[in-house]
This record gives sequence, structure tokens and C-alpha cells, in this order.
Amino acid sequence: MNIPRNEILTLGAGLAGAAVLAFLPLVTEGFWLSLSVNIMLYAAICTAWALFSGPTHLVSLASAAFFGVGTYSVAIFVDVLPFPALILIAVAAGALLAILVGLATLRLSGVYFVIFTLGLAELIGQIVTWVQTNFGGAIGLYVFTDFTETHLYWMLLALTVVVFLTGWLVNRSRLGLALRIIGNDEAVARHVGVDTARARIILFAVSGAFIAVAGAIMAPRYSYITPDAAFNPMTSFLVVIMALLGGTRRLWGPLVGVVPFTVVMDFISGHFPNQTAVIMGLAFLAIVYVLPDGVTGQLETLFRRRCSLDKSSLATTAEEGR
Amino acid sequence: MLRRSFNVLMLSAALAAGTFGAAFAQDPVRIGVSASKTGPLAGGASGVLWPNIKLWAEKVNKAGGLKVGDQMRPIEIVEYDDKSSPEEAVKNIQRLATQDQVDLIIPPYSTGLNLATAPLIAKYGYPQIVSTGNANDLDQFVKRWPNTFWPLGPAQGIADGIVGTLKDLHNAGKIGNKVAVVNVSDAFGLEMIKTGKPALKQAGFDIVYESSYPLGNQDLAPVIASAKAANPDAFVAYSYPPDSFALTEQAQLQKFDVKAFFVSVGGNLDAYGKRFGAAANGILIMGGVNASAPVFQAYRKEHLAATGQEADWWASPVAYASLEILQQAVEHVGSLDKEALNKEIQTGTFKTVIGDVHFDNNINNNNWTVGQWSDGVVHGVRATGNLQGAQPPVLKPAWPSN
Repeated sequence: MNIPRNEILTLGAGLAGAAVLAFLPLVTEGFWLSLSVNIMLYAAICTAWALFSGPTHLVSLASAAFFGVGTYSVAIFVDVLPFPALILIAVAAGALLAILVGLATLRLSGVYFVIFTLGLAELIGQIVTWVQTNFGGAIGLYVFTDFTETHLYWMLLALTVVVFLTGWLVNRSRLGLALRIIGNDEAVARHVGVDTARARIILFAVSGAFIAVAGAIMAPRYSYITPDAAFNPMTSFLVVIMALLGGTRRLWGPLVGVVPFTVVMDFISGHFPNQTAVIMGLAFLAIVYVLPDGVTGQLETLFRRRCSLDKSSLATTAEEGR
Repeated sequence: MLRRSFNVLMLSAALAAGTFGAAFAQDPVRIGVSASKTGPLAGGASGVLWPNIKLWAEKVNKAGGLKVGDQMRPIEIVEYDDKSSPEEAVKNIQRLATQDQVDLIIPPYSTGLNLATAPLIAKYGYPQIVSTGNANDLDQFVKRWPNTFWPLGPAQGIADGIVGTLKDLHNAGKIGNKVAVVNVSDAFGLEMIKTGKPALKQAGFDIVYESSYPLGNQDLAPVIASAKAANPDAFVAYSYPPDSFALTEQAQLQKFDVKAFFVSVGGNLDAYGKRFGAAANGILIMGGVNASAPVFQAYRKEHLAATGQEADWWASPVAYASLEILQQAVEHVGSLDKEALNKEIQTGTFKTVIGDVHFDNNINNNNWTVGQWSDGVVHGVRATGNLQGAQPPVLKPAWPSN
């Protein structure tokens, strides 16, 4: 494989960074570790979300559905199977769900796709409730394991690394190229012979499987799994907000959104527990007005503006930013 | 050698600081709360949990503080919003335990968030008195986390309360055996109907109408119309607040007269009594209190004065009682030692606004399951265990003409 030198450097730096982060639980095991678990959780989910939604420009609100499916994969089988097997079940369940949804929504685009995915989490949550009351014991399922926050952190860190590696490989592949063309103009993509349906479904399945794994890893933290908590629509919205804050045009874009978002939100909820909602709302408005392209988009614009004083290239940058 | 003596020096300095600090400064007892202020659980938490924390803290501080050993220390509440999310709740508990290093913790609102935070609260050893949650199979939970306490008792048995009351009325020859039963098709309603329906059948009742409706459905006129057409003697609804109100309203509009009319969550709210006024007389509800106990009546007055809102007739006094239990445990033990507090709560008896509370394997098995409205007040008519003060249930009069 012919890999450019700068990508090898980035890859090495990323892996070294992950290795350093792996030592965090040895330094702290209290509040900062729990905050890091939350950051790592959303880093994994948002990056996985952007794998699909970034290039295709299709905003998916199905994250809660995949997350819940992963959580339930653990909740149902935790007493009979070892944990690694549960992760595999979550992968299969997440991918299968994504393929089914992908097949059903082939012709949907834009806002129709968004609405369909929003309904999906609710639909599956209701189905789970119905199945549990009619065939299962009770609504809630216990998940008792011996995992501590440290274990969750390590698993999520590993998941994030795998998501990044997958994203990097996809970007370099024909599939990644096909998706970028679809994102720019689906009609053009079809005309040049891209199998748009196949490309969309494959990547949706990859993205959904990763989010399901994140849900599976978090199940031990919930201890008691109910449909309301597992399929909480708030998950879907937070993922979109954080990923858009970071920007979805680069693989590391969502990460740039997740870290400041989580830290700032934590600061706000720690210092203004009674005004969190108001301040959060103002923050969202500010993001949309000040950073329409996300942090990465803004950084790139600034960077290019400094590099080139040529007005025509500035115009192209602005054009691309749309 | 040098290092060792240095350590000794530091140790004695720390000890000295500790004793002086304790003797001279009345530093507050810091009590951490993480519960919902936003999100889907905020409504319930701000109706039941937050007002009682406010009332309790004010009352304790007005009385000079919390008695820890031989000193009175003021209490200081450190509060965070968990946004109704387990992720936030877990993080908040960590923040309270390791950053704020609070002395005691008041656990979150709802069963789910209590169970999600239980492993961490247990790790730091705080007593966790779950005043706003219950679940099935509590025993295995207690075995795993012996610092959790369940004043509301197990979820099993709550649905059966009304069945017992109906059976008593039937055996006394006061009502027939035809029952209409409906439920909200959400986790709560489904779980209740699952145990309630077999219990009704086992008690010999004939279910002449049965239906469920989705949560958030405001048009319940067809449900009541069909139930009325089946001509039952009793009407049982495993319902949530919005539909408890809507079903009652429709029953009144359509003059659906039954001798026993039961609604679940929502019927215990003070707003329910105010909304229906005299028409609420005789309506049976889930939960209840011993309304004639002077200690409860005093509590209701204080609740209104301190928070500007009325306590409800089921959950509020339990939430307040859980704080009283925490307070009395500290007074009995004479320190804030968490292990000693857990032991005391496991074995002690506590005088609260809901009467004397004693935990049996960390579970309170004496709980109101059915109450009945009478002139703006709810009287408990049925309880599990040996609760005192139950009033005999009366037949519901016909809806007043409006």
C-alpha cells in the first residue's frame, strides 16, 4: 500500500496519543476518570456517526437506536455469555439493524431520512417494551458485572482507536471516494457508475455497529436497563451537536467538538446547576452563528487565509465551506 | 530516619489541626445531591424530591443544625443537575465524592438513576436511601450493595393493593364482581397490568372490559365510553398523571358511575384533589398516607410554607422521611462515619412523618398501596405490612351534577 509520509506520521502520533491516554486511570480514579469516560464515549460515538453522516451529508438521528440495541445485547445475554461474545453480538445486531434501515430508506434523502431515523429509536424502544412485558419477566433488566470505571475507560479508548483506524482505511479506499462523490452530488455519483445504495448501506452498517458496541460497553454502568434509558433520544441529539461543533469534514473533526463541548458543559453544570438549560441553549445558538463549519472548518479557513493572500483561492475556500 | 520523624511531625500537625478545627469552627456538614433539574425526570424530581430537600435543610438549620456527637453543625447542600441522564448522574456522584468530598449523599430521583449510581455510591460507602424508586427483586440488589435502602418497598405488591380492596368490598357484599381495567401502555402500566390482571382473575373478578392506550393520548373519551357500555361494578386504571386526570374528567362528563373508581400515579397529587373538588370524593388512588396522624398534618403545613407548593399524598412524605432517617442515623451514631451509619440504618428504628420506619433486610415492608379521597384529603385504606391508621374504604357516590 502506498501511504503518504505525513499520514504515517499522523497515524503514529495518534497511536502514541492513545497509548499515553491509556495511563490516565493510573493517575486518577475519581471524578476526572468519570469525566474522561464520558468524553471517550462521545468521542467514539461521534466519530462513528461522522463516518457515515460526514461524507454523505445525511444527518442520522438513529444513534440512540444503535446504542440501545448494543445495551440490550448485553442486558439480555450477560448471565449466559462472556463479555467479549456480547460485544460481538452487539456488532452483529447494530450492523443488521443498520442494513435493514438502509434498505428501507434507500430512496429517502434530506429531511425525510432525518425524521425516519428519529422515529427509529422510539420504535425499537416500544418494541422492546412490548416484547418484555409479553414474553420477558419485567421491564428492567439487571446487568451486574465487576467492571469499574477504569475498565469502561479502557474499552472505550480501544473502541475509539478502532473507529479511527477504520475511518482512515475507509477514506483511503474506493468506498470512501464513492461516498464523497455521493455527498457532493448523488446524481453525478450514479452517472459515473457508483453503486450508491450499496456504498451507503455498507458505511451505515459500519457506523451503526460501532455505536452499538459503545452501548454494550456502557451497559454495566447503567446496572438496570430500561427501554427509556437505553433508547434515550437525547443521545442522538448530543452526538449530532458535538460532531457538528467539531466539523465532519475531517476524521478528527468530531473529536475536536467532543472534548471542549463535554468540558464546557461540565463546567456549566458544575457551577450553574440551576441555569444549565438556558446557558446550553445560548451556547448552541452561538455555535450555529459563529462556527457554522465547526471548529475544524474554522481552523482550516483561518489556516488557508494565512497561507494564501490570493483572493481567488480565498473564494474557492469559501465555496468549499458550504 | 529524618523522613520518619518528618512524617510523625506532619501527622501530629494534622491531628492537631483536626482537633482544633472540630473544637472551634462549626464547619458545616456538606450534603451532596445529584438529581434531575432538566430532562424528562425534572417534573417528578421538582415535585417530590427538591422541595423536601429544601424544607429539610431549612428546618435543620433553623433548629441550630445537625447534631453530630456533642456539637450542632449547620448543613450545607451541594446540588447538581443530572439532566435525567445516567452519564451525568455517575459523573456528579464522582464529583460529590472526590472533588467536593461531601459528608453525606442524597441519591437521585427515579429507579433507573438510583440503580445506575449505586455501584459508585457503594464504592465510596455512603448510605443510599432510595426514596423515589423501587424495583422487582430488590433482595439481590441489597445483597450486592448493602448500603442501599428502599423505603418504598418492592415493586411487587403495589398493583395488587387495589385488588385486595375490591375483594374486601365484594366479600362484604358491597360491589358485584364485574371489573373494567385499563392501562397506559408504557413501562409502568404494562408492568402493573401484568400482575394486576391475574390477581383480579384469581380473586374471582370478571373482567368485562380491558383496554390500553398510549402514553400522551389525551382523547380518552372512547375508553370511558366503552368501559361504561360494559356496565362494570368497578373501574381500575393503571395510569400516569396526564391520563389519570383525563380518565377522571371523561368519567365525570359521561356520568360513568361505578362503586369503586381507581386511578394510579397522579391521583396522589394535590392538584388532582383541587381539580375535581367534591367530585373526587370516594375516588381510590395508588399510594396513600395516614392523613389523620398529627405529624403528617404538621409536615404538610411546613411543606407549603417552606416551598410554596403542596406535598402530595404518597411520595412527598416518603422523600422527607428518608431525610429524617439520614438525620436520625447521624444523631444516633454521633459521627459521620459511613460504615457506622449504614449499620445504624440497617438495624435502627426511625420516627418520621410516615410513622416509625424500620428496615427489614434494607427494605421497608410497610407501605400504603391504596388511598381514598375524602373532602380534599387522602386517607390510606390499604397497606402492606403492619401500618396503622387505615380507614375502611367507602363506596364512591354518583358523580355530582355539574
